[in-house]
Amino acid sequence: MTDSSDKTANPNPVNLDHPTFARVKEAFRDHQFSATEFRGQSTLIVQPDDLLEVMRFMRDDEQCQYNFLSDVIGVDYEGYEADMPGRFAVIYNLCAYGRDDRFFVKVFLSPSLPTDGIEEDPALWVESVTSLWPGAEWTEREVFDMFGIRFRNHPDLRRILTWGEFPAHPLRKDYPLRGRGEREQYRVVDRTSS
Amino acid sequence: MGIEAALTSDTILTTSLQRVINWSRRSSLWPLPFATACCGIELMATASSRYDLARFGAEVMRFSPRQSDLLIVAGRISIKTLPVLQRLYEQMTEPKWVISMGACASTGGVFDTYATVQGCDQFIPVDVYVPGCPPRPEMLIEGVMAIQRIIDEDNIPPKGPDGRRIPLGIALQPNHAPRPQPVGVTVSR
Repeated sequence: MTDSSDKTANPNPVNLDHPTFARVKEAFRDHQFSATEFRGQSTLIVQPDDLLEVMRFMRDDEQCQYNFLSDVIGVDYEGYEADMPGRFAVIYNLCAYGRDDRFFVKVFLSPSLPTDGIEEDPALWVESVTSLWPGAEWTEREVFDMFGIRFRNHPDLRRILTWGEFPAHPLRKDYPLRGRGEREQYRVVDRTSS
Repeated sequence: MGIEAALTSDTILTTSLQRVINWSRRSSLWPLPFATACCGIELMATASSRYDLARFGAEVMRFSPRQSDLLIVAGRISIKTLPVLQRLYEQMTEPKWVISMGACASTGGVFDTYATVQGCDQFIPVDVYVPGCPPRPEMLIEGVMAIQRIIDEDNIPPKGPDGRRIPLGIALQPNHAPRPQPVGVTVSR
């Protein structure tokens, strides 16, 4: 396990003593992880291919017992001030009810195609965790809708907030805030048509 | 209201049929509340006892467009909601009027984003704009009274050269001077 952040630049010392780090490292000896921490919130950075197995371990292991997935979040790091391992990240917000413990798992992805469209990018696929926590279904749909990150083996991967024909993934940083005319292009109802 | 008091029992009142129709329409506006945001809360306050929209005959909120003749668009409209709004407007029977209530329904308000309609008047006809964020109940009552004046003036709004009815597009002027509350409330134990 390596510390991905620069200690000299960070005014908050990184404290990687969360017991889950050691536990996961011990269980997945030949896998590559990194870890970070900020103000008591610990984050484990996982390779995309390892995600489902690590998550299954963290749910079922006696000492981890993260029995609740409270959120799945997407992030676009384009234009971010620090260098990040990938353009996009998917963050899993785990909660262990028994210990009142929160833990974050992060996966970085880099697109292989231009990101201004809605083309399916083979590099932006992650394994879905709906088989572990069924509640991930809608949050993963939101990440797909907003960032175009697709989830393998998801039961119903459709857009959830924007409508089905929406021509972009609007929370990507290269999508303009005011859109590309989606809000103007709609039929007009006047007095005679009704 | 009060017409019985002005008449004795054997009096005959003559008027034009149009005036009677206008009077009955203006006195029994049935609003369809399309409340999507906090303006809807003010709309509820307007209908409730303190501001009492029933004084203007508009208290019968109808959630079926077939039964209503005043559409009150209260709140921001996203492009995903817009087809619903348009469908409701089309399902309302004539004569019908539309109030665009609040900054978001009229202009998009602070929500200058890809998914928010920048004023529902781009896509449906609007008769009266009520400013405010959200408008106070008095302001919405002003809007309802403006609709009543429209009905009083002539029943159907004017038609343009192409035969289409022209949306009236009346914008109320905000009045920031506080008014006395309608009812003084004291609590004694």
